[in-house]
Amino acid sequence: MIDASNVKLSGIGSRTEGAEVVDDLYMSIVALKKSYGLKPILRGIDLSVGQGERVALLGANGTGKTTLLRVLACLTRPSAGALTLQGFDIVREARVVRRLVGLVAHQPYLYEELTALENLLFFGHMYCVEHALAKATQLIRRVGLEKRMHERISTFSRGQAQRLAWARALLHSPSLLLLDEAETGLDQEGYALIDVLLQEHTARGGTTLFTTHQLERALSIGTRVVLLHKGKIAYQQHTAALPIEELRQRYRQVVAE
Amino acid sequence: MALANKETTNVVQRRGTLAARKARLPLVSLVLGGLAFVAIMTAIPMAFLYAQTDVVQGPAQRIFYFHVPIASVGMFAFVVMAFTSIMYLWKRDERWDWAARASAEIGTVFITLTLITGSIWGRTTWGTWWSWDPKLTASLVLWFMYISYLMVRSYMGRTSASANAGAVIAIIGVFDVPIIYEAVNLWRGLHPAAQVGVPGALPSDVVLTLMVALAGFALLYSFLMLQLYQFQKLQTFAQRLRATVEYDM
Amino acid sequence: MSANRVFFEQVWAILAKDVRYELRSKQTWTSMGMFALLVLVIFNFAFDLRVENKAAVAPGALWVAFIFASLLGLGRTIAAEREQGSMDRLLLCPVDRKAIYLAKLLGNLLFISVVEVVALPVYAALFDVPLLTGKLVPIVVLGTFGITIIGTLFATLAAATRARELLLPILVFPLIVPVVIAAVRATEALLVPTANEPPWLGLIIAFDLIFLSVSTLTFQYVIEE
Repeated sequence: MIDASNVKLSGIGSRTEGAEVVDDLYMSIVALKKSYGLKPILRGIDLSVGQGERVALLGANGTGKTTLLRVLACLTRPSAGALTLQGFDIVREARVVRRLVGLVAHQPYLYEELTALENLLFFGHMYCVEHALAKATQLIRRVGLEKRMHERISTFSRGQAQRLAWARALLHSPSLLLLDEAETGLDQEGYALIDVLLQEHTARGGTTLFTTHQLERALSIGTRVVLLHKGKIAYQQHTAALPIEELRQRYRQVVAE
Repeated sequence: MALANKETTNVVQRRGTLAARKARLPLVSLVLGGLAFVAIMTAIPMAFLYAQTDVVQGPAQRIFYFHVPIASVGMFAFVVMAFTSIMYLWKRDERWDWAARASAEIGTVFITLTLITGSIWGRTTWGTWWSWDPKLTASLVLWFMYISYLMVRSYMGRTSASANAGAVIAIIGVFDVPIIYEAVNLWRGLHPAAQVGVPGALPSDVVLTLMVALAGFALLYSFLMLQLYQFQKLQTFAQRLRATVEYDM
Repeated sequence: MSANRVFFEQVWAILAKDVRYELRSKQTWTSMGMFALLVLVIFNFAFDLRVENKAAVAPGALWVAFIFASLLGLGRTIAAEREQGSMDRLLLCPVDRKAIYLAKLLGNLLFISVVEVVALPVYAALFDVPLLTGKLVPIVVLGTFGITIIGTLFATLAAATRARELLLPILVFPLIVPVVIAAVRATEALLVPTANEPPWLGLIIAFDLIFLSVSTLTFQYVIEE
């Protein structure tokens, strides 16, 4: 089990004391570009992430945070650049990468007319999850939806659907968790729940990339912050020795450009 | 481990300046255009004066010297379109897509002319503007396929999704056309009608005229391909330049 | 688990999901069914059938009804997946895109078959033609299969555009011409058997085999972003 505090750092030039040198990068992004038609969104992203890190993606709306996560989730092909996850090329070996990645977005990506359990069993089939029924029921219980296991998603509230989305993403025990405003619609209890789920994920050796607009949250949950601006990385820093005021200042500086 | 993706854009950066590339094309296309002009200008008087008048159909048969080459080019353009589309899907190089679009546009025009000349010929020979003859019907369906290709490409703009969609249409179409021809053939076999075409061995002057006309239109096709390919390339670069300015790259 | 077994399991899972979805929302079947019946009725009025020309028009009427109803249904099943904005739910999963195609194909086939099963007796009654023989079954099955193969592929392609309801017929009609010719002629041959009938069924089978392969292979280019 890897504790988040002595996580392996790699590829960003600085090393904290006691950190190990990593031979294989967990995730490596080189010169990533993505345009939708003629409109460029990502204009050259270079990022390396080590296993067990929790990277907070910050940035104003439209700077490419969602697009970056979509590319990592293999929902869309990059226009240029090289990405590897655990050594697998994200374009050529997309199927393998999809198996390793779990995405929670502000859309729950669930089927409205199916029940909670049916949804999870379907995704269990898609991800070739073993003992799918047991895992599905366990996860539904974990996210507090046991009473609504056999009810259709169309009857769920926004928060309940979002919780189930978390269950869906964790069903196949992904090694990389991608969270795009994944706390949308959740109440206080829901917030607490996903914090715990996130801790458990990291404790299992999982890595996380999450977007947020709240700088405090980025610092409290994340091990590193990455600030995107106009499709490029404008600033990144480990959170360990980063005071919030400095982050706020940097943020204002970058966004004001 | 990490294999860099070939960028599907920015051909210019990879292959040197645009100016350097421009130098080659005008000469080749000029030569082709010139030859095409000469050949077609030769074919016209040959068709009307040199070749003998057909005994059965009379002077109207002379349209055959234009209809056949035009139809051949129209069909060939579709095959080229399908081939370049397959290459695009395989290599992911947008230049293949430019070629596919160029061939599609040329093919559409040629097939339209095929339908018109075929219709005129049919009118003079059988008295009807249209008949469900296998070749004409196949040409009509081909026309629809070309039009649907152009429509989809136009709707979807200059994205890779558009190129993919066009490629799929072209590939399905190219497999379909022979089957359509066969189906119509079997169908019309039940209702014998005058066939478009000259049966039996052809006299040498007819063959010669036909060959000249065929060469002329083939050269015309090549010339147009080069021109339209260049046009597609320039359009793509122009749009990208506009995007650069607009999106503050 | 072997790769093949996984593949077919996933096809089955997607198919089951789509069928369950349709059973619960009941949107597509009912409208397709009504549409098919309406087309048949309108044909009756439009052609004012008398005994002599029935054999000439009836097979055509049947297949026009099937084709138009199919196109309506094809648009709907893909649109249902895209509702709430995402094919993404499916694209996120490590499932072979060919499996998605086959599942969608089989699902569409199932929906259209149900409509046909309902429409055929009505058709036989309205047109008063002795068509409900066992020999009709392979023609209807294989012909519908051909239409659905092309239709599923292009419904997915057209779904990415805004004018999808208009674009789908424009794309599909030219491509299914061989099936239409062969199916109508084969149906006609049941009513009015002639000597030296061309191998219509063989043509449809060839069409189905060729385009099943080509469509399965090219589907991935139509569905990915």
